[in-house]
Amino acid sequence: MKSKFQPDENGYFGQYGGAFIPELLYPNIKELADNYIQIIESEEFQVEYKSLLKDYVGRPTPLYLAKRLSEKYGAHIYLKREDLNHTGAHKVNNTVGQILIAKKLGKTKIIAETGAGQHGVATATVCALMGLECTVFMGEKDIVRQAPNVARMKMLGAKVVPATSGSKTLKDATNEAIRYWIQNPDTFYLIGSVVGPHPHPDMVARLQAIISEEMKWQLKEKTGKENPDTIIACVGGGSNAAGAFYHYMEDEDVELIAVEAAGLGVHSGESAATSQLGQVGIIHGSKTILMQDEYGQIQEPYSISAGLDYPGVGPLHAYLFETKRAKFMNATDKEALAAAYELTKIEGIIPALETAHALAVLPKIKFKKDQVVVINLSGRGDKDLEIFIKHLEE
Amino acid sequence: MKKLNTLLAQKENLLSIYFTCGYPKLGDTTQVISALEKSGVDFIEVGLPYSDPLADGPTIQDSSQKALENGINLDIVFEQLMTIKETNKTPLVLMGYLNQMLKYGEDKFCQKVVDCGIETLIIPDLPMVEFENHYQKLFETYGLTNVFLITPNTSVSRIQKIDSYTKVFIYVVASSSITGAKGAISNQQIDYFKRIKAMQLKSKLIIGFGISDKPTFTTACDFADGAIIGSAFIKHIGSYGLESIDAFIGAIKA
Repeated sequence: MKSKFQPDENGYFGQYGGAFIPELLYPNIKELADNYIQIIESEEFQVEYKSLLKDYVGRPTPLYLAKRLSEKYGAHIYLKREDLNHTGAHKVNNTVGQILIAKKLGKTKIIAETGAGQHGVATATVCALMGLECTVFMGEKDIVRQAPNVARMKMLGAKVVPATSGSKTLKDATNEAIRYWIQNPDTFYLIGSVVGPHPHPDMVARLQAIISEEMKWQLKEKTGKENPDTIIACVGGGSNAAGAFYHYMEDEDVELIAVEAAGLGVHSGESAATSQLGQVGIIHGSKTILMQDEYGQIQEPYSISAGLDYPGVGPLHAYLFETKRAKFMNATDKEALAAAYELTKIEGIIPALETAHALAVLPKIKFKKDQVVVINLSGRGDKDLEIFIKHLEE
Repeated sequence: MKKLNTLLAQKENLLSIYFTCGYPKLGDTTQVISALEKSGVDFIEVGLPYSDPLADGPTIQDSSQKALENGINLDIVFEQLMTIKETNKTPLVLMGYLNQMLKYGEDKFCQKVVDCGIETLIIPDLPMVEFENHYQKLFETYGLTNVFLITPNTSVSRIQKIDSYTKVFIYVVASSSITGAKGAISNQQIDYFKRIKAMQLKSKLIIGFGISDKPTFTTACDFADGAIIGSAFIKHIGSYGLESIDAFIGAIKA
């Protein structure tokens, strides 16, 4: 039987999702929608995908019991070490899968959007691996604040195109990628999160689901338990959270916590906490919760973290929020920075700024004795060193 | 279904102009419309500025951004259009993105459009399946019609379906492209126009995207009932001001 957390035939999770795209893109979307499940479920795909994840990406990623962190917060805190993936984040799970789908569909030119640059790097990486042409759209502001990733993409042979409209961040990079796609329908849009028109949100969620697939057996091996009590993940578009939640969504006794970026404070006017500030709207081809003004103009979000600096959220997450299946929390820039320093100091792990938001809610939760908590450590912080050094004195 | 249908039935080689409300200045909306009417444009596409116009090229994006900075919003647009409701005789078609209608309130939006004397909508990100499931009924309730777009990649069966839904005209997108003037029309585009014309659809055809001057307009009219110029017009008034509208239109109609 189909899960209620899977989209219907028109790509809806409850009232969220769909494919609100100009007619120009209809054939592309249709081709993908007609084929993606069949491709993903084929033995040929599974063998190649799993083999690349194992030998190229370095999966399974460890599920690590963070003892000192656990001691501090009075719970059993496990970190799902997506930061140890090749290229440094969970993003590569999706790009490895989508590049195989692109090849299967006979596409030779790949485009992608990127915020923090992690998805851009992961896309450039698999394009180098497969010998495909790669163009990455990135907000001008993000090009500056995530310079190491820009250099990596270029070294990997990708063309990095700055998005200069609007807030010059992830939203605008996605706009430019979609515009390029409209003008060049022979390209494959390798989207980086569980956003965009159907079937992209579902396709990306399925490819990130490997995270919770591994968590299931790893947790059993380590604790003897079937399920954790709580899973925590940060949410921008929501791909790492979708992957970490995926195989637990139907188990209502597993608490799912999605952490959004509050920037300078949820109601400061400088925030990206979409679930708190948004209403139903359409962004990047999907009906979801969206930060917008009273006339439906999309608002410019703010977060110190380029990967969470997005005015929408994937339709699956909008549905998890509306049905209260997931609890939505948020963390400010400051709280995220403090959490990043803490993890570095007591566990010797420098997390990405995005990931630090998930860690930042630990002090806000009252844990029961022996509560088993898994935090999806979605990425490593090498790319954020400049920002970390800048704030180190504060 | 009155003004524009009558026009489409009676006249050939229709010239339509797209412009962005509130551009170059907030109050220019009505003046652009009356200047276009005076210069003999057949019908006018009234563009609602949007923050994230995915189907538009840089020129229309920039004009939308400027208009939003000028302070334009839907309420102001409707107020502006109300002031010329009695005097303007040229059919208006409203073009905007679905989120604008959604946030404003679908019923409130449709009622305001009707109040302004407008009967036709172009919503480039409204897909056919959503039209069938919901919007067809909504629009019918208000006596509104929406225009579907077809592109070189639209399949024959889908074009036939669009033809059956169409009550005013089909917007034939000249190339697989977003809006923006592109120079001459290629042989490949002409083959596509011929292919569509040969289908002998019941609907009238208006070509848009990449129509910028007299030669491209004339070529488009060889295969359709008319054509729409957008970016080239926006660029022109951006550079030369509203007083140059007559000269721009005159050069195309000459």
